[in-house]
Amino acid sequence: MSDKFSRHKHLPDAVAKVAVTLCFAFTITVLASMLFYIIIRGISKIRFSFLFSQPSPLKGTYGIFPGIINTLYIIVLTLTIAAPIGIGAAIYLNEYAGTSRKFAKIVRLIDFTIETLSGIPSIVYGLFGAVFFGETLKLGYSILTGSLTLSLMVLPIVIRTSQEALRTVPQSYREGSLGCGATKWYMIWTVVLPCAKKGLTASVLLAVGRITGESAALLFTAGAVSRLPENWLTHPLSSGATLTVQMYFGVSSGKYIDEAFGIAFVLAFILLGIYFLSDFLTRQIHNKKG
Amino acid sequence: MEGHFIIEDFNLWYGDPSHKTRGTHALKHISIEIQKKEVLALIGPSGCGKSTFLRSLNRMNDFIDGIETSGKILLDQQDIYSPKTDVALLRKKVGMVFQKPNPFPMSIYDNVAYGPKIHGIRAKSQLDGIVETALKAAALWDEVSDRLKKPALGLSGGQQQRLCIARALAVGPEVLLMDEPTSALDPVSTNKIESLICRLKTRYTWIIVTHNMGQASRISDKTAFFLSGELVESGLTTQLFHMPKDKRLESYITGNFNFT
Repeated sequence: MSDKFSRHKHLPDAVAKVAVTLCFAFTITVLASMLFYIIIRGISKIRFSFLFSQPSPLKGTYGIFPGIINTLYIIVLTLTIAAPIGIGAAIYLNEYAGTSRKFAKIVRLIDFTIETLSGIPSIVYGLFGAVFFGETLKLGYSILTGSLTLSLMVLPIVIRTSQEALRTVPQSYREGSLGCGATKWYMIWTVVLPCAKKGLTASVLLAVGRITGESAALLFTAGAVSRLPENWLTHPLSSGATLTVQMYFGVSSGKYIDEAFGIAFVLAFILLGIYFLSDFLTRQIHNKKG
Repeated sequence: MEGHFIIEDFNLWYGDPSHKTRGTHALKHISIEIQKKEVLALIGPSGCGKSTFLRSLNRMNDFIDGIETSGKILLDQQDIYSPKTDVALLRKKVGMVFQKPNPFPMSIYDNVAYGPKIHGIRAKSQLDGIVETALKAAALWDEVSDRLKKPALGLSGGQQQRLCIARALAVGPEVLLMDEPTSALDPVSTNKIESLICRLKTRYTWIIVTHNMGQASRISDKTAFFLSGELVESGLTTQLFHMPKDKRLESYITGNFNFT
């Protein structure tokens, strides 16, 4: 009797609990201190002139306004290309090819390929983009070359997460719509897409996160110029460094370490915002599913 | 001749994934005539093919991959399986209500206006009229007239199913297919739906799959009994229920059916 209920049987349980708690404590401590460190070192750099001017070697001043502008340009351009194509491809895979057994094998192969493509290091995309868009298509070092390259890079992510979002739409909605005499596209447009709206938004936000954080692929493609646009319309055709690229050069020159922390602070700020938003929206679709 | 079906030697096979054989022969040599403005109940044990048959009548089976059919289904003299058939128009004429209420996550109003909008009706006043008429016909108007802009998913299960009926009616069909429309509902809601069918009997041709023998005898003029893909017996409901010719139908009705 006493043996059955003796406490020592709980020992492995207790050890496991301590072990996982330590893992958690370690992770949170390291990450939180890093974030804290970035904030402390970065925040001292946050001044109006830092945020809203361009770097000037003559005056010896440093600013990140061109970096912010270029980052926004690249986000908008990349999304303009990748979001419609990615969501379109996801619609094809989920609503057209996915329903047919004839295509089942091909769809699985495509899914596998997309999975693989999303794992390729971004610098490989950068190399391809520089050669294909930069040289072959003669777009040179430009924001456009960078955006096209990043579009390729984020497409697999957009497709996969969009497919996920489309899968959460109940089949009964599709039947209800078709049963009223809707054509397939009308059904997708009026029922499936509105129902998947939140998930699709989340997929686009995930892409924004990747774009904002990217530097390697942009080094070869969008270049390193940190100047304010001369012409806002043709700006995409000129070279421009995003915040992360500017940071890379700032740190490698050895002169702008503190400024790099300032950029890191701004980036962390932008990315945290995006991830919280995306996380919130993703949870929304999961709630709806349940 | 509106909503008059003639089915001649209709067969349906579910596809075989390997594409080597024709797969499961789900409907075997079905021949039946469905008069306009009659209520036909389809009965039979689960898996007997009655739902498959129902879905053949507005080609909802088209979405299942690898389906093959042979024979004819004529709706008002037109072969609905002919390549010339506009499936969207067919489904406008032959509406459907599903087993589980499936209103869209939109407002009550938008759910009912959904069908008419597909078919090109845009004018607000016209849509308002259609929505009101359809909701009244589905005996839901009094319960929702003051909250048409509220989400349909906030309604109870029974109300949702009546909303789905209103959605189907708003399209202006001639035939209504119902796949066990009350099996997910409580007795009170079931009663409301049965009485609305009885009230609208004369306006549409109704084809209703049901597992509820009482329901079949209460609402239908004719009944068809399916068993393993075959149409075993069909005729006037009163005749079928009181003097079944087939032994299997008799034991099914009395609840002594042996599935082997």
